Amino acid sequence: MFLTISTTGSPERPATDLGYLLHKHPGKAQSFSTSHGTAHVFYPEATADRCTAALLLEVDPVALVRRGQGQGKGRGGAPDAALAQYVNDRPYAASSLLAVALSGVFRSALAGQCTARPELPEQARPLRVEIPVLPARGGTELVHRLFGPLGWDLVRAEPLALDERFPEWGDSRYVRLVLEGEMKLADALRQLYVLLPVLDDSKHYWISPDEVDKLLRAGEGWLAAHPENGLISSRYLARHKGLTRDALDRLELVRLAESDGSEVEELDNAVDEDRDTEERPVPLAVLRREAILAALRGAGARRVLDLGCGQGQLVQALLKEPAYTEIVGVDVSMRALHLAAKRLRLERMGERQSSRVRLVQGSLAYTDKRLAGYDAAVLSEVIEHLDLPRLPALEYAVFGSARPRTVLVTTPNVEYNVRWETLPAGHVRHGDHRFEWTREEFRAWAHDVAARHGYGVEFVPVGDDDPEVGPPTQMGVFTRADTDTAATDTAATEKTTAGADTTATRADTPKEGEAA
Amino acid sequence: MTTPTPTPAAADTGRRRVLPVTDLSLVVLIGATGSGKSTFAREHFKATEVISSDYCRGLVADDENDQSASKDAFEVLHYIAGKRLAAGRLTVVDATSVQADARRQLVQLAREHDVLPIAIVLDLPEQVCAERNAARPDRAGLPRAVIQRHRRDLRRSLRGLEREGFRKVHVLRTVEEAESAEVVLEKRFNDLTHLSGPFDIVGDIHGCSSELETLLAKLGYEDGVHPGGRTAVFVGDLVDRGPDSPGVLRRVMGMVASGNALCVPGNHENKLGRYLKGSKVQRTHGLAETIEQLEGESEEFVAQVREFIRGLVSHYVLDGGRLVVCHAGLPEKYHGRTSGRVRSHALYGETTGETDEFGLPVRYPWAEDYRGKAAVVYGHTPVPDTTWINNTICLDTGAVFGGRMTALRWPERELVDVPAEKVWYAPVRPLAAETPGGHDGRPLDLADVHGRRIVETRHLGNVNVREENAAAALEVMSRFAVDPRLVPYLPPTMAPTATSREDGHLEHPAEAFAQYRKDGIVQVVCEEKHMGSRATVLLCRDAAAARQRFGVDGPTGSVYTRTGRAFFNDPEVTEEVLGRLRSAVTDAGLWEELATDWLLLDGELLPWSLKSAGLLRHQYAAVGAASRSVFPGAIGALEAAAARGVDTGALLERQRDRAADAAAFTEAYRRYCWPTDGLDGVRFAPFQLLAAAGRSLAAVPHDEQLFWLDRLVAADEAAGTGLLRRTARILVDTGDEDSVRAGTDWWLELTAAGGEGMVVKPLQAYARDGRGRLVQPGVKVRGREYLRIIYGPEYTRPDHLERLRDRSLGHKRSLALREYALGLEALDRLAAQEPLWRVHEAVFAVLALESEPVDPRL
Repeated sequence: MFLTISTTGSPERPATDLGYLLHKHPGKAQSFSTSHGTAHVFYPEATADRCTAALLLEVDPVALVRRGQGQGKGRGGAPDAALAQYVNDRPYAASSLLAVALSGVFRSALAGQCTARPELPEQARPLRVEIPVLPARGGTELVHRLFGPLGWDLVRAEPLALDERFPEWGDSRYVRLVLEGEMKLADALRQLYVLLPVLDDSKHYWISPDEVDKLLRAGEGWLAAHPENGLISSRYLARHKGLTRDALDRLELVRLAESDGSEVEELDNAVDEDRDTEERPVPLAVLRREAILAALRGAGARRVLDLGCGQGQLVQALLKEPAYTEIVGVDVSMRALHLAAKRLRLERMGERQSSRVRLVQGSLAYTDKRLAGYDAAVLSEVIEHLDLPRLPALEYAVFGSARPRTVLVTTPNVEYNVRWETLPAGHVRHGDHRFEWTREEFRAWAHDVAARHGYGVEFVPVGDDDPEVGPPTQMGVFTRADTDTAATDTAATEKTTAGADTTATRADTPKEGEAA
Repeated sequence: MTTPTPTPAAADTGRRRVLPVTDLSLVVLIGATGSGKSTFAREHFKATEVISSDYCRGLVADDENDQSASKDAFEVLHYIAGKRLAAGRLTVVDATSVQADARRQLVQLAREHDVLPIAIVLDLPEQVCAERNAARPDRAGLPRAVIQRHRRDLRRSLRGLEREGFRKVHVLRTVEEAESAEVVLEKRFNDLTHLSGPFDIVGDIHGCSSELETLLAKLGYEDGVHPGGRTAVFVGDLVDRGPDSPGVLRRVMGMVASGNALCVPGNHENKLGRYLKGSKVQRTHGLAETIEQLEGESEEFVAQVREFIRGLVSHYVLDGGRLVVCHAGLPEKYHGRTSGRVRSHALYGETTGETDEFGLPVRYPWAEDYRGKAAVVYGHTPVPDTTWINNTICLDTGAVFGGRMTALRWPERELVDVPAEKVWYAPVRPLAAETPGGHDGRPLDLADVHGRRIVETRHLGNVNVREENAAAALEVMSRFAVDPRLVPYLPPTMAPTATSREDGHLEHPAEAFAQYRKDGIVQVVCEEKHMGSRATVLLCRDAAAARQRFGVDGPTGSVYTRTGRAFFNDPEVTEEVLGRLRSAVTDAGLWEELATDWLLLDGELLPWSLKSAGLLRHQYAAVGAASRSVFPGAIGALEAAAARGVDTGALLERQRDRAADAAAFTEAYRRYCWPTDGLDGVRFAPFQLLAAAGRSLAAVPHDEQLFWLDRLVAADEAAGTGLLRRTARILVDTGDEDSVRAGTDWWLELTAAGGEGMVVKPLQAYARDGRGRLVQPGVKVRGREYLRIIYGPEYTRPDHLERLRDRSLGHKRSLALREYALGLEALDRLAAQEPLWRVHEAVFAVLALESEPVDPRL
């Protein structure tokens, strides 16, 4: 990876002052050993008019990969892909490794110190910074947003094509960056130190734990006032997550993706951590939860299965109501279950509370004896994540084998999609939705399932029930036909319907991010 | 049963008292403290068969006489006894058991495990008990009143033991009697494991005498006797509804009496038996017809029928435990057991408690849950077609309703049937569409795959699957894979050849040939390795074959990746690929040659960019783009510095080398990418036929395999679809230097032209080394340029290569072998038409193992 810093000057203020500022002699090529390889500093030009310092970092790719390895040679002497991709761009692209090298090699310049010429660091100079390969997640647009407010006269970011042989592949995530302007060198270096890894935005597993301090120090004087300071700090610090339990959870799936020649994200996408989190609940999800709780109350359920519990939002809501004596959250994703356990603080829960709740891995593609004998099962936004040909297996596992007295199924109403302003026409609401049904399609399926397995079914709208296209979410309330408490159940269903309708009137107009 | 059973008094007359004990039962010793129960148990049973309450007291309280620990001690005792009974082991409880409440719990325990409770009472005089206790230091202080109380309780109990549920009661009253008694183990009535047939198992008859005679004749019986010594086994429901129940009874009773047949009772015999005993029963479901027909028979015959039915045993375990026959099916835990509910399940099956629209009880699909090793052959539920489900089969094909009468030859597993001569009786409801449990989805159960598992394989013994790996496989299998019925196999991973020391090489054929030579493998085949994405293809001859063999409606097969995901998102594209392959198979004449209507093929789908576009763009092409763009500037700057007279040492030269490596890397991945449009440009290179109907083809040597595949490719080329691609190969004799050299040159040439490399496989399948260990079924030898994609652009630099050579292959090799064995196991199970869950178990395990930690570059 490579960057150059140039300045211009005059006989009175020679450009070669850059050598003092950087504390590196323009007449020599110097090498420094850094933690990831060797950094070389040399000057392709050094006259009073123009002086350019070049920083070339030769990363040792073999050592880089080996650093990540956890268990030594036992498993083949190599790392897992999640920790360090064995074919990666680190030797070429200006990433956090370059930022780290920068801070090491130009330590005094970064600190604004120059023992020989103490006045120099305080002076702004005409600077030109050039980085031929800068990874920029967010593209040229983000580069401008980040460097634009920092006082440069010129911010130029040109995207690099992935492969000219295959123009259909489009641009890569790299840009060639040029910055020009009057600037104190220390400021320029500090910006680069923070913004290179921010633009790179890849998980980096070799950073020290005092990263917050470093950010504050390097951001002094420019970060606080930067309009994107939120994004900058969250991206910068997100790299901390590195080797947490989250990353380790993924390893098995990472390996399966690898053996399949797929990207990890293709397989490991059960949990959408950005959409519905504790901090940012999606309004429609809240309405859905309320409708489900009302239906469960109406059915008089006490022992409840949440099939496809995801991050445990519904389980958490159920726990708050003492009427539910046993709550079982089932999901096929171990990652989702870990997050749910964290959300519920399962490990710190009191015995009495924790005896009411269990989180287990399960799959509705298989029958599961553990699921038999419950009052109710909730399948909230689950069926649409299955390929249609595999839906019969789920039907049988739930309605044929587990056979709870009440089954609640919610799924998007595709007719409503035209009301989502942010959703392009013809798109599903979530990348993993294998299908989305119209009201008619859902009802046809529900009636068929109910008839085949001895259930009755009623439908409840969730969210704003649009006169033309219906509600955003549709819910089927299935009640087993042979249930002894048939009379109370009917009453309950009516109550449910009424309850859900009340919620529906409280629906907000769709907002961005609701299409979850 | 006409002779009265000998009373205890009668048995006393002999010198030795014989105590019959059923070989699987719960024996409860009853007697006061000091009556000698422990001594008796020690003499007559194995030490491990006896659980004593004293011992359990010691376990929980460190003191065998601590009465305050009794509650916990008995919980432990019941727990251990329960585990033993569940495992089918004779169990003896050594506690006083003089109180009714204590015995009630034990009878209950026996019933829970469907075994007979048997009582052996030691009713010895008080004086004897007192003397024995006095002789034991730990009991010397026991008050006499305790013995007296025990004896009082015991005497009160004696009369009612049978009523309490004990099926045999042996009472020993004197020291002599107790000392001379002999316990004799008796087999259970249902245990006919020593009979191995061969058998002809006949489904429900329902008075269809004429069809029965036709069927017996077709099976080769002459007047009830098979000249080949075969034994007929009737699954019951001989009577009711049909025209001649007495005729059927006469035939079956005659064959049973002469030892040419076995018979288990059906629910209709049971009801007829109750009628004949004089119970009041409703004359419904065809009983009226039978009663009417029996009115024409002699009283003597009717009496014989009554006795015949009375003597029928609810089910039989036959042929070394491999076969269970009963009327309505039986879960594994009931096999060979004896209890009311076992009999009831055998006769009536299990119902869900619901009734269907015809008012008939809905039957619980027990066969779906069945995971037992024994085949269960039964009848009871009329079905239009017989199919094996989880190693069970229903033979009731509704002869009396105008269907067929069916028999199963065992152990041949051949079905023989004859059509009904007419509709003798109108069915209340139409025959079920399929065998119970055979409906859509044929559910697999989570317990078949979940958690830590051990999978038995024929070729490598037990293979372990760890919990975390099964968990990951469950997610991928559930969320992404195609229907498990269409994924009967997943390909194993393959180890690379041992690391080469050859200059500039990490892998080289020399090591591969040397290893096989060392393993004693002379003939190996080198096959060109296509660089694309692994694809397994299940191809059925038509939709009907797919339905018949794999139970799916619609697709005629599947094309899936290493993790069981559909290769093409669009089912129509899949069908088009299948269509082209089907034509090739048809034109090559392989359907007939392999006598099959489906084939399973392993191969590589090209180009790589088809399936791995995301990976290419985000990783490989990205690295290429970054590396190509960084060097011109860096080299230019270095040249400028050098021109200024700055000593840059070797830095400039090194950057030029690195730039060349970067360009070579880009060239390496580009070779495996080309644009496709629909199926235009898509190629499939099959390299193995895995299985066909009734046969795993994995055992076929690779030269024969390649011969079939060449014909497929030729047929496809003649048809001009452009889909199939030939696999280049060369045979090498590992002991012949010239041959080895030719193999090496071939590889050099192949890889110089941009090929990924080759796979070296022993020509013969299932190859083992001199010590009988399975050798690697193949090793890959990847080309020098190709490996840039794996190890990075600059891996060939000497200092990099040197460090990269330090790689350990042990785990990868072990993984490759385990996955290979699991793959073969899946194919063998598929070929043997084993239940879906058995095939899926092995397939799932391959997927789970793929998530084990191993260097992904290997």
